[in-house]
Amino acid sequence: MNPKELIARRVAQEIAPRSLVNLGIGIPTLVSDYLDESLGVFFQAENGAVGMGHRPPEGMTDRHLTDAGGRFVSFVPGASTLDSAFSFGLIRGGHLDLTVLGALQVDEKGHLANWAIPGHYTPGMGGAMDLVTGAKKVIVAMQHTAKGESKIVPECTLPLTSQRQVDLIVTELAVMKPEEDGLHLLERAPNVPVEVIREMTAATLITSGEVPEMQLNACP
Amino acid sequence: MHLAISVEEAVDLIPDGATVMLSGFMGVGVPDGIVHALAGAGKRELTLISNDTARDATGPGPLFAAHCVKKLICSHMGLNTIVQAQFASGELEVELVPQGTLVERIRAAGVGLGGILTPTGVGTKVAEGKEIVTLDGKDFLLEKPLKADFALIAARSCDYVGNLAYMLTATNFNPIMALAAETVICEPEEIVPVGMIPPDLVKTPGVLVDHVIRASA
Repeated sequence: MNPKELIARRVAQEIAPRSLVNLGIGIPTLVSDYLDESLGVFFQAENGAVGMGHRPPEGMTDRHLTDAGGRFVSFVPGASTLDSAFSFGLIRGGHLDLTVLGALQVDEKGHLANWAIPGHYTPGMGGAMDLVTGAKKVIVAMQHTAKGESKIVPECTLPLTSQRQVDLIVTELAVMKPEEDGLHLLERAPNVPVEVIREMTAATLITSGEVPEMQLNACP
Repeated sequence: MHLAISVEEAVDLIPDGATVMLSGFMGVGVPDGIVHALAGAGKRELTLISNDTARDATGPGPLFAAHCVKKLICSHMGLNTIVQAQFASGELEVELVPQGTLVERIRAAGVGLGGILTPTGVGTKVAEGKEIVTLDGKDFLLEKPLKADFALIAARSCDYVGNLAYMLTATNFNPIMALAAETVICEPEEIVPVGMIPPDLVKTPGVLVDHVIRASA
């Protein structure tokens, strides 16, 4: 299984029935491909929709209906539209059950940096700061390393997105959860030993007993 | 001046140096006709308040290609290479504002609030130089209202008295910006008789709209 599919499938299992979910750009977008549609989950697009669906059939796109990445989307039955103030009201107001985002770095405290690299062109935070600050649950879905360097670090050196602690980190190697006492390694990817995960991780990982393998449900 | 004006008349109303709100999200829900006319007229030194700058030739893009903008207040510079170059060279001053904060600052100006208290940005670069207000043990950033001389908005439908209805995700910043500027100019996709837009679907009452770009004959 390719790393992105593994991450997306594992994250999909964290989504509760009938919840409101916002998926970021990149790997997080793939999560909806592995979700059982009978769960009745609604996806938010922060540009103003609840109930976003897949890309419309060829030739059926409409320029009035796009997601937060500007891509053409469709609606599922029961969808609704919102203005930007209402949309971010949902996000900050505790109505968004889950956001899944990518990251440049996450640290042992669960702090996330995903919007700026000093000295490099930074287009802007867009909705990321509101999403991380306001969502009931924040999951970071990302590859474990970038250019061979661990993205899971003792302390973020890049500008933070929020001071809020994220709830779960899912990579192609592991599932980790930041707690008061540090970063706990909860699960390892199929056939990946704990030693390999430690080797690939700059942050200190806490384990308690045997670390189980990720259990992946059959694809819906 | 009449409610219905030409795009040229609209452009003449907007002087160099004006503060202009432009609705839209990645080029969706943008009054493209006014944008192209402003760019064509070679306006200078505008302060532009817009969620993003989309791409080089879409959304607000033409305003940057024509060097109309001195200062940009946005949440994301988008995928616009001209904006990127102008920002790098120092031609363009940019204030980055988290998207939820941007829209609430605009709304605050539009609904008579002195500012907003938001948890977004606390403990980040966004908080630099801003007042922190602690209420019941929780920290908030005090963010000030954002208003403009002109709001340029796009609607799906407009009736003869200026009532506006929007469509799908092209709604975005439009109804909020329509509250927050001295002069509101709307470019609708269609103009319909009064009564054609059911009252429940009117998201911007016509009393807020100063001018509507007239239908081309």
